[in-house]
Amino acid sequence: MEIPYTVELRRDTGLNNGKIGIWLFLASEVMLFGALFASYILIRTGMPSWPRGDTILNVPLATFNTLVLISSSVTMVMAWASLMRRRLGTFRIYMGATILLGFVFLVVKYFEYSHKFETGLFPSTNNFLALYFTLTGLHMLHVFGGMCVNAYLLGPGSKLWKTNPEWFTNRVENSGLFWHFVDLVWIFLFPTLYLL
Amino acid sequence: MTSDHAADIDKHVRVYLTVFAALLVLTVVTVAISRFHLPVHQAVTIALIVATIKGSLVACYFMHLISEKKLIYAVLALTAVFFIALLALPVVTVHDGFWVH
Repeated sequence: MEIPYTVELRRDTGLNNGKIGIWLFLASEVMLFGALFASYILIRTGMPSWPRGDTILNVPLATFNTLVLISSSVTMVMAWASLMRRRLGTFRIYMGATILLGFVFLVVKYFEYSHKFETGLFPSTNNFLALYFTLTGLHMLHVFGGMCVNAYLLGPGSKLWKTNPEWFTNRVENSGLFWHFVDLVWIFLFPTLYLL
Repeated sequence: MTSDHAADIDKHVRVYLTVFAALLVLTVVTVAISRFHLPVHQAVTIALIVATIKGSLVACYFMHLISEKKLIYAVLALTAVFFIALLALPVVTVHDGFWVH
């Protein structure tokens, strides 16, 4: 059975179902991270003192990671633009770069986490670190999830291009929306945890 | 692909690269401001303003929210209401004095 409204737009909304679906999912993600940010505010305002992030965390590494994730957002949107121009080869280059940048982000986080554990800093050490590990850990899971979807679209998923290029382009756009959301969350996490 | 469509995509790409440059500059600004060690309230306000500008650029241009359909705006408006309520809860709790009791 053919799935309806994957390419053609619904007359009532002017959107295809995939676009509505991904935005509803992102709305639920906003609430998930919102709950954790609310916890951060609640715990921080309740503490008599709070450490500055840069006294515990590595700001240069996190700044580098911010630039990496912003760059990956650009390569992601360029991958979509390549499909809009009907250039699958260019899409592959940009999508590969997006996945690679996501991998670089995770490797840097691995070194950050390792250094913390080696110096005896764990989630149980204090409230600041509990929030740091929870927020960045959940964010890393999102980066990993986005990488898996992007890798599928770069690999086996790209077969769809031959039979239904519009549907494939929509899938890449929706995956891109998730990836940009992950970038957006980091844009707020970075100053909140590392700089304030 | 028509030449009009191609020109349209080229225009989009130029916008993406401009936004990219703006995001890089704003990231440097965020880190530079933190070096001044401002009082907490000022530091939080400035950091949130810069982060909001960066987030808006990503949402408006990379996520194409600047030219999206009404239903998406409606979904996001409803989400924003609940999100603000969620963030306001701790603040309300503290101001009512529940915090210490």
